[in-house]
Formats: sequence, structure tokens, C-alpha cells
Amino acid sequence: MPKIKKFLFINGPLLATILIFIIVYMIGGQLYPAMKKPQVFFNLFINNASLLIISIGMALVVLMGGIDLSVSGMIALTSVASAALLQLNIHPVVVMLLMLLMGVALGCAMGCIIHYLKVEAFVVTLMGLFFARGMAYVINRSSITISDEFYRYLALTKIPLPFFENVSVYIPTLAGIVLLIIVFIIARFTFFGRTVYAIGKNEQSALLMGMPVARTKIAVYSISGFCSALAGIVFSISLLSGFGGYAKSMEMDAIASVVIGGTALTGGQGNVIGTLFGVLINGTIVTILQFNGTLTSWWTRIGVGVLTLIFIGIQSLFYLKKKRD
Amino acid sequence: MANNNNHEILRMDNIYKSFPGVQALEDVDFCLKKGEIHALVGENGAGKSTLIKVMTGVERFDQGEMYYDGEKIKIRSPQHAHSLGISTVYQEVNLCTNLSVAENLLLGREPRRFGLIDWKAMNERAREIMLNLDVDIDVSAPLATFSTAIQQITAIARALEISSAKVLILDEPTSSLDMHETNLIFKVMRKLRDNGVGIIFITHFIKQVYEVADRITILRNGKLVGTYETASLPTISLIEKMIGRSLAEYEDMKKAQQDSDKQRVLVEAENLAREGSVEPISLSLRTGEVVGMAGLLGSGRTAVAELIFGVEEPDTGHIEVDSLPINKHSPHSSLLHGIALCPEDRKEAGILGELTVRENIILAMQARLGWFKSLNKNKQYEIANKYIEMLDISTPSADQMVKNLSGGNQQKVILARWLATNPKLLILDEPTRGIDVGTKAEIQKLVISLAEEGISCVFISSELEEVMRTSNRIIVMRDREKVTELPGDVQERKIMEAIAGTE
Repeated sequence: MPKIKKFLFINGPLLATILIFIIVYMIGGQLYPAMKKPQVFFNLFINNASLLIISIGMALVVLMGGIDLSVSGMIALTSVASAALLQLNIHPVVVMLLMLLMGVALGCAMGCIIHYLKVEAFVVTLMGLFFARGMAYVINRSSITISDEFYRYLALTKIPLPFFENVSVYIPTLAGIVLLIIVFIIARFTFFGRTVYAIGKNEQSALLMGMPVARTKIAVYSISGFCSALAGIVFSISLLSGFGGYAKSMEMDAIASVVIGGTALTGGQGNVIGTLFGVLINGTIVTILQFNGTLTSWWTRIGVGVLTLIFIGIQSLFYLKKKRD
Repeated sequence: MANNNNHEILRMDNIYKSFPGVQALEDVDFCLKKGEIHALVGENGAGKSTLIKVMTGVERFDQGEMYYDGEKIKIRSPQHAHSLGISTVYQEVNLCTNLSVAENLLLGREPRRFGLIDWKAMNERAREIMLNLDVDIDVSAPLATFSTAIQQITAIARALEISSAKVLILDEPTSSLDMHETNLIFKVMRKLRDNGVGIIFITHFIKQVYEVADRITILRNGKLVGTYETASLPTISLIEKMIGRSLAEYEDMKKAQQDSDKQRVLVEAENLAREGSVEPISLSLRTGEVVGMAGLLGSGRTAVAELIFGVEEPDTGHIEVDSLPINKHSPHSSLLHGIALCPEDRKEAGILGELTVRENIILAMQARLGWFKSLNKNKQYEIANKYIEMLDISTPSADQMVKNLSGGNQQKVILARWLATNPKLLILDEPTRGIDVGTKAEIQKLVISLAEEGISCVFISSELEEVMRTSNRIIVMRDREKVTELPGDVQERKIMEAIAGTE
């Protein structure tokens, strides 16, 4: 097979996502010239930091042919739990570590149920969502403010970006980018990552090829749990409060971002980098609507919905064609 | 033989294995030498797959002994077999087609640098392995972009590389390949044989057996017929041993009397064909005759039945029933035209074990009536009881669940289901498989009596004697093609010659 064709074959959906992002952003720039400012562009990363983090975890899960609906509940639970613990004057670093541990533990528990009890991931993680959001309200029914100094420091410190004047991001913004790089390397360059792809295509075959299917599945749900806890920490830092109602139905935005990012919902095909662009497209639509000001925010949902549908359509055409070839 | 070393790598003595109701293997011996290609042949139900299953630890044999590399062993599980060096490559490739060829070959033993996969080294290593098998491809491309043959070879190469297989079992690797691709696989097989790997080659293509195999082991009805040097066994004797006369004695039966001048043509099929499954075939079936269809497994017998019944849509050709052309090819429309098909695998495609005898019998009739017309209960019982009596189905009542009946009686229930639709043409695909000899004879008699009532029957069977005993005419299939049509009173030898293609 010629090199170019092979490259397109493997990276087609990713390139399509990047192209769509550029087009959408350029349309925004034409409509609202303010969108051409670098800071507005980097605001996409700032405003969507938690979405990016859960989407990265979700991307791994979806690549493996699974789904994790619990992520938004985990964000809410993490925000409330950390706010409550901070009120008790526990050291903020300890709080963060505890939260991450809780995320991994819940993810691991769901992974075990999914794998060993052979329950549909959809059902298990939906219950996980109910559990996490329920627990958040059990801890406190109303919003808790965070006044911890360390959290305030993280929330308010600006990091100026090199090469740009007067453009800055916040510390938590970087968490998503670092995570993205790490997960990209894991997915591409480790046996674990390739096993995720193998399971996504055909779990039975992966098993027959002697790959550690059980371990990998549980680890992936644990990673997703870790990501949602991390997203919860980022979320509570940016809002400096915790509330059980935060991040409502953000799991759907994450799934949409993953799909728009070129990852097949059936598993085994896709690239974590695409997920970043999925998140950015989502954020761009929000930005355009904010600049417009007269449209309700629900248009975001409609826009994302339409885009997701188009993308799934393109994907199945793409894979259909592959099959025919 | 390519290798003069006659060392046995695998030996199985006096193997017995039974499943509920079936003696799948009875006193079977098998031995595989290092560096040989050993074909394992037999018709459906001969016990090939059971033998492979006990050999690879999927099932355990009830009795017998197994030796591997001179040592007596008991295989506990597929993983155990794998770790010993017994690997199986199935027709369905068990690899992940979204990953590259190199990954499929080497994942689990991938070369690493600083703990991360070293893609360059991995691709180089994979390329080397494939070149060793004389396959020159871009190993970094996804496996899905290659033909099934390359995928098979990748699976074989993985078995050799990861589990250093000494015994390689190839389960129908060529059944979905064209000639060129098949040759590719053969080349790899010969190369491995020369390197001392023992290969068990399962296939139903007799020609291919003669092309690559050094020795042949034939099974029939769970028993060993024998192991032969390929060179010393002519095709015709091989066929004879595979499908020849079984020991069971049947009482004499009279074929349906046929006076072809008076019988009108019922079904006229012209140049029916479907790419990849049936070459153009024409047949005409008269009322009141039984037409047998003989041929080996995979010769296209079932495919023809499915074309006539509309399970598969033909690419070309047309069918007329009673001079009415069938325009829409679907089982439902065939049913309306009066065609019925008793499918080959009654467990998968026919019987609904959880339903009662009555419900199973009514089923096809209901389909013919449509969704909205229902038969009242009394009528249903009337019909069910009529067929229970007519076909002598032994069941305590019409309300017995079908799964509690014996195989032969289940087969009769299916037969009843189709008879209840008053078909003009009844196609029976292996109606006597897996049922005892007595019931076999009963079903054969039944077919003959149905023909006498004016129904036209197509009788497909792997057992030649059965076809000969029931049929007025015999159509012989070979390599997805109708080879010839013989009168019902032809000599067995003639049919075998036609099947073997050595006339």
C-alpha cells in the first residue's frame, strides 16, 4: 500500500476532526473578529480543562469498546468531598491525593463488576453515576465554598505563555495537556495501550492472543476514575466551591468529544489526540454562542449533537468503504 | 516425505469421547510425525472437530492415551496445549485486524526501548519473520488491509513465534480462499514442514489434500477408517472410505414409482448462480419425484438449497414454480409459492426447543397466514395431533417442550412444520444427520411416501447409500458446480467417480 494511502487510512478520522475544528473556528473568527485574539483561543483550554480531562479518560474507555457514564457524578462528588474535607482543615495536598485515590477505587470497582460479573458497562457506570451524585448530595445538599489558601493560589495564579503577549492560562489548565501527552504515549507506545486497542476490536481474539484482558479492562476503568477525580479537583479549583449539582450531564459532552475526535464508539479505532480537538470544537461552539449573546446556551447542545451525528455518519461510511476495499 | 526423521511428535491411542446421546469418537488412533502434513478428512459428524478439541484441551476424552514428544500427557486446557507447543489456527482468524501485522505477530513479546515499544525494531523483526515465510508485505499496515490468506499466515506465524509451536493444527484454513491465496498458504505449510513442524490439515477439499498432504487419516461416524500414505491412496478409494457404505443394515425399501411422462414439471430453475457459492445451475423437478443431491461437504449442496428457497438471492437466473416465476427471492415468498426447506442444522436453524411440539409445528403455517390471522387453539391441536400420528412422533402430548424429545423426533417435528404448510416442493438438507439408524430409515420411508402423494422432494445427504435408496434421480455436485445428473438406479461406483471427478 502506498505510504500516503496508509497514512490516510490510519489517520483519516483524526485529520477530519482537525479540519472541522479549523473550519468552525474560522467561521467564528469571521462572525466575531474578537475570536481571532490569542487569549480567546487559549480560553478554550481554560474553560474546558475538566471536560478535556474526563474526555481523555473516556477516550481510553471507548477505544476499549466500553463506556463510562459515571464521570460527571465523580466530578460532583470530588468537588463536594474535597470542599467538605478542606473545611475540616485537612492539608489540601492530602485532600487531592485522597480524591484521586477515591476516583481510582471507584473506577476499579466498576471495572471489576464489568469484567468479572459480565454486566454491561453502560449499566454499571450508570449506577456509578447515580451513586457518585447521590453521595455528593448526602455529604452536603448545598454548595460549599472553598477558602483554602492553596486552592486559591492554584485558582488565581496566571501563567504567561511564551511567544504571546498578554496571554496566560492557569495552573490547572496545564493538567489536561500533561495528561493528554502521557495518555497518548501510553496508548501508542506501551503493551498496555495496544492491548486496549486489541480488546476494543475483538475481546475474544485479544484473549486468544494471550493478552491480559482482565487486568487491562480494570486498569482502564481505574484510569477513567482517576481522570474524573482529577477533573473534579480542577473543577472545584476553578469555581472554588463544591456542589452535588455540578457538571450535570458532562459525561455526554465527553462522549460527544471522543466521537467527534474520531474514535469509533464500537472501539478499536481512534486516537487520543483527536479527543483534544473534539473538546476544542465543543468549546468553540460555546464561544461563538457566547459572543452572539442572543441565542440560548441550548444551541450548544444542538450544535454538538448535529456535529456528533455527522461524525458518526462519516465514520461508518469510512469504515464501510474500508470493508468494501 | 520431506523429512526422513520419523519421530512421532503426537500420538493418540484408543480415544473415546461421548456427548449426551452421541458417541463422537470411538476407538480412534491418530499419530502425527515431525515434519509432515497430515490431512484429517471426513464428512460432517465424522468426529474431526471432536478429535481436534480433545487434542487441544477444549474437551477431555473419556478414555484413551495421549503422548506428546514421547511422553504421556493429559491436556488440561487450551492454554496448556498452547504452552506445550500445540497451536490451532482457525478459519476465522483470531487476531485483531485494527492492529498492524507487526503488532499481531509480536505483541506480548514486543521489543522495547526505555520501557516503551520500539516500533522500528518491532517492524524490522516482523518483516524478517514474514520474509522467512516468503511473504513480502508492509508489516506496519493494519491487518485489515490484507487478504484473508495473509491474515491466516500472520496467525500461523504468531503461533510459531509466540508459542514456538511444534504441532500446528490448521482448521479449514483454505475454505474461504481462492486458488492463488490457497497456494500462498500451501507454500508456507511446506516451508514449515521442512523445518520440522508437524501440521494437521483439516479440509473438505479433496484436491487440496492430494496437493499438500503426506498422509491422510479418515474418520467416519466417529470411528477411524484408517491412516494412509497419500501416494498409495487413489482419490476414488478416499471418497469411498469417507462416504461409503456403513455397516448398518436397512430393510428394503421401494422407491416412489415414477412415470415421468405423466408427471408434470413443478419447479424449473434456469442458470441460478451466486458468486462465490454456486456456479450456474439448472434443474427441473417434477411432481412426485425424489431428487437426491450428492457431493462432499462444501460442494455447494446447501447453497443450492438456499438459493431455491430464497435464503440467498441469486445473482443470475430465475425459478418458476408451476409456471409462475418467483420475482422476489425470500423465504417468505418461497413459502407462498409452496416451497419448504428443512435446514441442515436443526438446532441452530430449525427447532425452537423452548416451545411445545404444537407451537413448533404451527410456526411455518402461521408465517404463511401472516401476522394478523390466527388459528384457533382447537384447530392447532388438530393439526399437531394429525402430524404426531402421521409421522409417529413419540411425545407424551402435543404440549411437550421440543427440547425434551430425541434428535430423531425433533427432526420429525421440523418435517411436520413444513408439511403443515402443504408444500409442493420440500427440500431436505441432511435430514438424517445425528439420529439413530432406525429413525433414519423411518425418515427415508416417509420421504418416499410423501413423493407418492405428489410432493416433489429434494433430498440432500452426505451418505450416498441414503441418497441412492430414496432418489429417482441424483444430482452430483462438485466444487460448487452441478457435475452430472444420474438415474436413481445407477451404481454406487459411478456416483463416487462423479464426486471424485475421475470419470
